[in-house]
Amino acid sequence: MVQHLDRLRETPSQTAGPYVHIGLTPNVCGITGVTPEDLGARMVADGVRGERITIRGRVLDGAGRPVNDCVVEIWQADAAGLYNSPMEHRGAADPNFTGFGRCAADEEGVFSFDTVKPGPVPGPRGATMAPHVSFWIVARGINIGLHTRMYFSDEEAANRDDPVLRRVVPARVPTLIGRREGDTVHFDIRLQGEDETVFFDV
Amino acid sequence: METRGMDKRLSNLASEAAPFMARDRGRHPPAYAPGYKSSILRAPGEALVSFESTLSEKTGPAFGHNVIGALDNDLIHNFAKPGESAIGERIIVHGRVLDENGRPVPDVLVEYWQANAGGRYRHKREGYLAPLDPNFGGFGRSLTDSEGRYWFRTIRPGAYPWPNGVNDWRPAHIHFSVFGSGFAQRLITQMYFEGDPMIAQCPIVRTIADPAAIAQLVAALDMANAVPMDSRAYKFDIVLRGRRSTFFENRPEGN
Ligand SMILES: [Fe+2]
Repeated sequence: MVQHLDRLRETPSQTAGPYVHIGLTPNVCGITGVTPEDLGARMVADGVRGERITIRGRVLDGAGRPVNDCVVEIWQADAAGLYNSPMEHRGAADPNFTGFGRCAADEEGVFSFDTVKPGPVPGPRGATMAPHVSFWIVARGINIGLHTRMYFSDEEAANRDDPVLRRVVPARVPTLIGRREGDTVHFDIRLQGEDETVFFDV
Repeated sequence: METRGMDKRLSNLASEAAPFMARDRGRHPPAYAPGYKSSILRAPGEALVSFESTLSEKTGPAFGHNVIGALDNDLIHNFAKPGESAIGERIIVHGRVLDENGRPVPDVLVEYWQANAGGRYRHKREGYLAPLDPNFGGFGRSLTDSEGRYWFRTIRPGAYPWPNGVNDWRPAHIHFSVFGSGFAQRLITQMYFEGDPMIAQCPIVRTIADPAAIAQLVAALDMANAVPMDSRAYKFDIVLRGRRSTFFENRPEGN
């Protein structure tokens, strides 16, 4: 006999299905008038601090076809490296930046976010995490949401010291690097096969 | 001096978001579940790279009451013309959002979506021959209260056929999306209805191997909370990942 740990079990995940847009981006699929604006549609407000960028990319399946029915969510720190979250206790984040974005991919599997470049964030055991954006992808055929991160191609030195990138086999690190081109950062996500994106168990 | 040190430790304790307990992946469906054909080309083939949650996963977005409209949790009326309502069996769905430590998760957003009473979604890619209900959109959301409770009013969705096997049908279900206090808790799942014989036959339900885990997705008929002469009720509690204790680790973030 032994005492009970008295813990509940996490509710199991189920796929978001092909009609995920009804729930997450109702205005995109024509359910208008219920909510004036889809959640996560606007990350920045006037007066936001930092460098404005657009993150754009495609989600592709194992056959290289666009995953045109997925929803992509991102979560990131502000330009100073602070999260706009009640769980952020280091200081107040930029009030003109939500840090949370949500986008339904289009017919070509393309998503895009107008945001700011995040600052570095403290990592475990005194390490510093290079500027990065957390991604979460759901769709028909995805049984449990996929977590990944996008880092920045113009942060080579910081990326080298990043405690998460250091856990990834070097050959696969490029799948986590967004390619900076002016104000746009290109970041494709490959669910399976050649150059498969690294996904995380966090 | 000693008192000051104590104060500092206490404040450090309060000022640190704790990491999440590791996810029990055996309870969830695997990415690759060939009985559900859509997963075959959308399942990563490589192992996930594991690391303990950092600040980026321990924090998460919070939404205020300002995003919630008055009819957001009333699917019977939130898309209906004035004075009209959606067709179907009227039900109330309610429950609590808890974490694995059994604590309520207050002030978090719960979004839900579903087919109408005939099993038809209001969506451009939907081709089922059952008719649309002009008064039913199928979308709603709630913010949990201080005890983690949420509730909404809707109609019981119909079962519907879908292209997987020749004759596969989804049991009646409601899709749920839940935010926690940290991005690592993000969860999308589906709620089924007690007593539905279609649950056991569903290839999507069967992506989950553990019968106890499937049972956790089946809402109980809750006649005690029914509204007499109006709606029956179903209770559906949702459990998000819990944060682990940080004994001997009460240091500020990054130290
Ligand atoms: Fe569905």
